Amino acid sequence: MAVQYLAANRFGLGRRWDDPAIADPQAWLMRQLGDYDPAPAALTGLAGREAIAAAYVDYRENRQAMRREANDAAMSAEEKGMGPELRRLSRSAIRRHYVDAAAARLSAAIATPSPFPERLVHFWGNHFAVSADKQTVIGFVGNYENEAIRPHIMGKFADLLIAAVKHPAMLLYLDQAQSFGPDSPFATRVRDRGRRQTPGLNENLAREILELHTLGVRGGYAQADVTAFAKALTGLTVAGLGRGAGQRLMPADARPGETVFIAPLHEPGAQTILGSSYDQPGERQAEAVLRDLAVHPATARHVATKLARHFTGDEPPAALVDRLADSFEESGGDLPALYRTLIASPEPWAGPTMFKSPWDWSVSMMRALKLPAPGERQNVPAMFAQLGQPVWRPGSPKGYDDLVATWAGSAALMQRVELASRIAGRLGGRVDARQLAPLILADALTPDTSQAIARADSPGQGLAMLFASPAFLRR
Amino acid sequence: MILSRRSIILSGLAASAAGALPRFAYAAAGTPKRLVFVIQRGAADGLATVAPTGDPAFAAARRALADESVGGTKLDAMFTLHPALAASATLFGAKQAHFAHAVATAYRDRSHFDGQNMLEGGGSRPYGRDDGWVGRLLTLLPAAEREALAIAPAVPLALRGPVQAGTYAPSRLPQADADLVARLTAMYADDALLRPLWESAVKTQELAGDIGGNNGRNGAELGKLAASLMLPKDGARVMMVETGGWDTHSGQRGRLAAQLRGLDQLIGALQAGLGAAWNDTLVIVATEFGRTVEVNGTGGTDHGTASAAMLLGGRLAAGGEVSADWPGLSAAARHEGRDLKPTRSLESVIAGAVAHHYALDPKRVMATLYPDA
Repeated sequence: MAVQYLAANRFGLGRRWDDPAIADPQAWLMRQLGDYDPAPAALTGLAGREAIAAAYVDYRENRQAMRREANDAAMSAEEKGMGPELRRLSRSAIRRHYVDAAAARLSAAIATPSPFPERLVHFWGNHFAVSADKQTVIGFVGNYENEAIRPHIMGKFADLLIAAVKHPAMLLYLDQAQSFGPDSPFATRVRDRGRRQTPGLNENLAREILELHTLGVRGGYAQADVTAFAKALTGLTVAGLGRGAGQRLMPADARPGETVFIAPLHEPGAQTILGSSYDQPGERQAEAVLRDLAVHPATARHVATKLARHFTGDEPPAALVDRLADSFEESGGDLPALYRTLIASPEPWAGPTMFKSPWDWSVSMMRALKLPAPGERQNVPAMFAQLGQPVWRPGSPKGYDDLVATWAGSAALMQRVELASRIAGRLGGRVDARQLAPLILADALTPDTSQAIARADSPGQGLAMLFASPAFLRR
Repeated sequence: MILSRRSIILSGLAASAAGALPRFAYAAAGTPKRLVFVIQRGAADGLATVAPTGDPAFAAARRALADESVGGTKLDAMFTLHPALAASATLFGAKQAHFAHAVATAYRDRSHFDGQNMLEGGGSRPYGRDDGWVGRLLTLLPAAEREALAIAPAVPLALRGPVQAGTYAPSRLPQADADLVARLTAMYADDALLRPLWESAVKTQELAGDIGGNNGRNGAELGKLAASLMLPKDGARVMMVETGGWDTHSGQRGRLAAQLRGLDQLIGALQAGLGAAWNDTLVIVATEFGRTVEVNGTGGTDHGTASAAMLLGGRLAAGGEVSADWPGLSAAARHEGRDLKPTRSLESVIAGAVAHHYALDPKRVMATLYPDA
């Protein structure tokens, strides 16, 4: 068993060439749990929620102005022509926040001395996936991982769940910001005025919390539970972004880009979910539901299965899933207890059999070479989009999956070879792949791979072969 | 130069070659001879290049593509040269071109990559050899004629062998590294997941440059470049030129005409660039396999078996002739009911031309170039 390679790549993000050898893999991983830094230096200087919200508002206003101008016959063609330019500028401001955060995420992954917790950040960010598909969400996705996920991965699952659900990115992505209690004071008032269209419920977030974040699909909930839960969640919205009803009721001191609870939008009364009645007032109702969901046995099993799959492969061994689910239930969803169970279990130490995702493969290559943090001109999102795994853009709330078949495609393989070849070509003779291979592949280096690298016709080709080797493609 | 024991060991042929060592004899020295191997990657359609217009089944089988040959030079009662091959037709008239038809390597499946591996390696099965027929030919040549070069980013399989070949890749050519691809193919050979992924990735990748572009001028530039690298006193004597873009599954009429125009200009530029040295030059143009007799539903042709090879140069054994043991195009005469049936081995055509060109014993050439045959 290639325990050193597995520690570095399955649990970690790949070895940097000058890292000390991993003498005791389990002790090395345990130590990282204590050394975890939720706010690494690579992430400093990123824009806050208010600036991100402002970029979106500018974009929306420019778009509206442009529509008005298009209908304004008196305006000269030249004046009209300024519209699209302004819109492009503010769109690029939204995108700038996304690009900066993605580059910072990559820098943090390359630089971190605690790659196991850093992998866990990526894992949880993907478990509670938001996707940078909507204009409202794009700017926030980096802030989401840094402010909702990172601070909570070494705590209780319940706190992580609540932080994720209440972050503006999640509320906007799954339409919670536009979901209003059908019998809330606000909806009742609108209805009384005789308006045909009354604001109503949107079940999107409630359903995905049950299906994806906690109990899992077929986790024992019914449509009535989804509806009741959606009602409990009403009132949660984001300040300074939306239009219409929510904004008019926004408290004066609400800062744009912050999550707020607006009582007149909240569905009044008790809600029954999974057989329990929740009669807490206001915001505390949804929180009580979330806290119960977070320790539900179905949640324990769902989370245990996903974690086990991430660290073993397509078909996680039942014994490992059982053990993790037991840890979850016994500890009340204490995440470090799960991590310790994982490290101490025998199952994750067989392999490497999993195919690295484009993110994992690229990060491990850059760590191996200790490449400098990506600069201004390097378009990190474009690189990962090309490799087939756009950063924070899985396209669905389900996130990216951990199946070999998802990542092991023929064009994907060719792209990796081309990227490895390009990077190796740029480094030229400065790196000797024959010396690097035993450091990076450690106990996963086979005589065949070693010989193939040694026989390469140039240092660059040897380096490309190292990163395209069967072992390095896996974790 | 005496072949040292070390270079024999390096060639990986130590056991079999050691006993043969004393009998080695090199070609007689004279004016330096030159050899150019132009590989057509992607399966060039021999039935359009050298069209068997005299075959009674031709017009019916080729339907809309039958008139691709209209305006081309009549070579004999059976064959018409594609009209885009104007310079080649002139060479044919001057007995400086020869076309060998219905030829194929020993390969009978229809994978580009496997087929190219056989064409270059000269083995009896794909990936059977890690050196190539040109590379092995170098061991038969006097030192003055051994300098070998490929216009490619890395040494193609055909040129690999005990004698080190060089490469020259002008930056405007695509940097598709065929050598890395080949090495990874070997690296993934025993990997149940990666092997099929890689084979499929490689099949879809364009491995070589586009000679058909720019109205044939890309081909002319490539030919000019090759000639300039072969002309100097210490220049290359053996050259391999890569061409791609022959895989005409759809819209064959225009695409193939562009490809052939590029090839024709490449040959024309070689002849012009080499000047007097053209008289001591042999150009071999060959592809991994041919294309179907029938036209498919998208105005193209699919992977087939036998094709045509071109031999060009100042002193051909049978210049101004088309050689073929013509099998016919009727459905019953085809290979597996669909392809032009191979009636002669491409290996023997190449070995025969090389033996004549260098005045070497044909049997020894065959045994060296195609030891597994």
